[in-house]
Amino acid sequence: MDFGSINPVILIASLMVAAVPIMLAAVGELVVEKSGVLNLGVEGMMVMGAICGFITAVETGSPFLGFLGGAAGGAGLSLVFALLTQVFLANQVATGLALTLFGLGLSALMGQGYNGIKPPLTPDVPFGPLAQIPALGPILFAHDWVVYFSVAVIAVTWWVLKATRLGLIIRAVGESHDAAHALGYKVNRIRLGCITFGGAMAGMGGAYVSLVRVPQWVDGITAGAGWIALAIVVFASWRPWRVLIGAYLFGGITVLQLNLQAAGSAIPVEYLSMSPYLITIIVLVIMSSGKGRAALNAPAVLGQNFHAAR
Amino acid sequence: MARDVLLALEGISKTYPGVKANDDVTFSIGAGEVHALLGENGAGKSTLVKMIYGLVRPDDGRMTLRSAAYAPAKPSEARAAGVAMVFQHFSLFDALNVAENVALGMDNPPPMRELAGRIREVSEGYGLPLDPSRLVGDLSAGERQRVEIIRCLLQDPKLLIMDEPTSVLTPQEVAILFGTLRQLAAEGTSILYISHKLEEIRALCDAATILRRGKVVGTCTPAEKSARELAEMMVGMTLKSPEREAAEPGPVALKVMGLSLASPSAFGTSLKNIGFEVRQGEVLGIGGVAGNGQDELMLALSGEMRAPRDAVQIHGRGIGDTGPNERRKGGLCTAPEERLGHAAAPDMSLTENALLSAGVRRVLTRKGFIDWPKTRAYAEAVVSTFDVRTPGVGTAARALSGGNLQKFVLGREIMQEPEVIIVNQPTWGVDAAAAAFIRQALLDRASKGAAVVVISQDIDEIMEIADRFAALNEGRLSAPVPTKGLTIDRIGLMLGGAHGMHEAEGPAHVHS
Repeated sequence: MDFGSINPVILIASLMVAAVPIMLAAVGELVVEKSGVLNLGVEGMMVMGAICGFITAVETGSPFLGFLGGAAGGAGLSLVFALLTQVFLANQVATGLALTLFGLGLSALMGQGYNGIKPPLTPDVPFGPLAQIPALGPILFAHDWVVYFSVAVIAVTWWVLKATRLGLIIRAVGESHDAAHALGYKVNRIRLGCITFGGAMAGMGGAYVSLVRVPQWVDGITAGAGWIALAIVVFASWRPWRVLIGAYLFGGITVLQLNLQAAGSAIPVEYLSMSPYLITIIVLVIMSSGKGRAALNAPAVLGQNFHAAR
Repeated sequence: MARDVLLALEGISKTYPGVKANDDVTFSIGAGEVHALLGENGAGKSTLVKMIYGLVRPDDGRMTLRSAAYAPAKPSEARAAGVAMVFQHFSLFDALNVAENVALGMDNPPPMRELAGRIREVSEGYGLPLDPSRLVGDLSAGERQRVEIIRCLLQDPKLLIMDEPTSVLTPQEVAILFGTLRQLAAEGTSILYISHKLEEIRALCDAATILRRGKVVGTCTPAEKSARELAEMMVGMTLKSPEREAAEPGPVALKVMGLSLASPSAFGTSLKNIGFEVRQGEVLGIGGVAGNGQDELMLALSGEMRAPRDAVQIHGRGIGDTGPNERRKGGLCTAPEERLGHAAAPDMSLTENALLSAGVRRVLTRKGFIDWPKTRAYAEAVVSTFDVRTPGVGTAARALSGGNLQKFVLGREIMQEPEVIIVNQPTWGVDAAAAAFIRQALLDRASKGAAVVVISQDIDEIMEIADRFAALNEGRLSAPVPTKGLTIDRIGLMLGGAHGMHEAEGPAHVHS
């Protein structure tokens, strides 16, 4: 492989940026799945976040409000999912897939007239002299706030799930909704909260694509990032810090593939684009072959709807 | 009895669509009293305790706790008032550890480290040692129940509700549990104890309220009544002991020899050189404490686990290497322990469930197509012959109560007129009337010439219906002995296994 023309510092710095959308979406989905809900509509929520964030930022001129708008857009779409699966008890897989298709279509409609516009710039956080440190500076201290925010979300999610009562209840609901109900926890309400959080995170990730990564609006701008986010959750075996690693790994592959393309590598880039999914399949196979489901952390009632019988 | 009244219920009623679960229920529980709530499945016991625990709200009537009005809207209010509950189906989370499970059942749990210390302290104080850091998924049924009990005890309850606590316990574990409950009662905690194991209630409880079809039909002091009298109060009719005409057993129908198989699950027990014979018209009872290879033996006999061809023989024909359908064709039908999910597909109708097992012997398919009228007729025949209470054969198996589904599952096998029938825990979690019915049906099948094998942890059941008894211990089967004249001490020795006489003391108190 030819690394000659690739500067590792720039590669690492840019993979951190490239990883932000999938990391945000994946950590949101992680919380959703920990509560026992499988929302396959991440792609749809991301693309809704991308267009809502884009419109908000363009209309208000504030990129910060843009990210809030993106989060609201993703959360709004996730509420449709929550309504269908938690209230009407629709099948989660089918609803999630439909949500993606719906999100793609709705975002294309909303984006009419926003093609070719440049959104307001999201500036880097000014770290002053820190950014001048060789190698470390560009890697650690020359990013916009969302990059740091995404890492903070991972840390907070990890801490909440591990050490707080809220996290314990979320894990309990995902482990056995019947037992949680018997103890008097409101299963569907807790799940509703998790789904909304997941939608907001996916929406923010989508907004990052349209406001920072690209930055402009084209239909279907997220281009499969939501599916990678879903893959990362499994790859990370539902552990927040592994989501970070997974996102950097898969984000890195995206960046590397672009760089390799530019460098004229002999390896077809398709192999690299395939690799996240291949790795995920391998992880899934290893998981299901082993006996230690508990050790692998998978929520026991993932994808099953809950209905209090009496 | 000069006890202060802790909880009083007056005229409690609850109606679900189509069924009156509780109708004008009135009774009271004294402080420090162990009060039994008796009734058949579907008599309204569970609904009643759910109302006391705040999971369900009564339509009518009122409750008073220590002379104050008591109407919990949710479980946390009930817990705050000093009412705690140990559930029939454990409300535990496998992937969480003991301390986390305990914390989930408390409203204001202390920090984890402190909680772990208190769990150790309380669990040892009541003779129920528990390690707070172990994953609940790795615990035995008895240990899981300890987690539930400790969870309740940590909140210092005034009333502890126990819903069918002993159905999954070994006799040793039951003895430990009873010790704990007596200690609690002596300390002034009232216990509302739900069970239909009548001997246990006679041994443990100070008073009993008997429910039938949602109504209180009597109260009594259990120690003053015989188990039979209690059962008859529950059922509302006289019970008959299962009986059959004595008949000479015929030729050997089922022969198992040299059966050694590794268990499919990591925590299972492997079968070691199992051998026995059952003659036509004979009932063999296989006893043993849970987890000594019962499930594995059942799998090997049903054909879900394959063995060498001649390890299992019907009428001298080797069938050890065939699957369940081949064996059904050969005349061997089985009913496993787990009703929902193993014996019956929960979300399929009774008709469909009838087809799944009886399709071969009853020829319910034609050229690969299901003969629905015939299948439905067969399911209806099972329902009417075995008195299965269900709205119809189109009802999903999941919707039936445990006893009714068990009657259906056994009926489905027995009405295929098998030459060999093997059942595991045929009356587990089934009320007295249904249990008597099922035992009678098995005996009837035997007197029509079938070889019957009953695997059960209920020694009384085996003594009641089996001609010969063999004990399963750590995957080894003892030589069968006639049940006539068999003493409890001898059974205890057999269950303990020849290799460890000291263990034999444990199971001997099953009759106490």
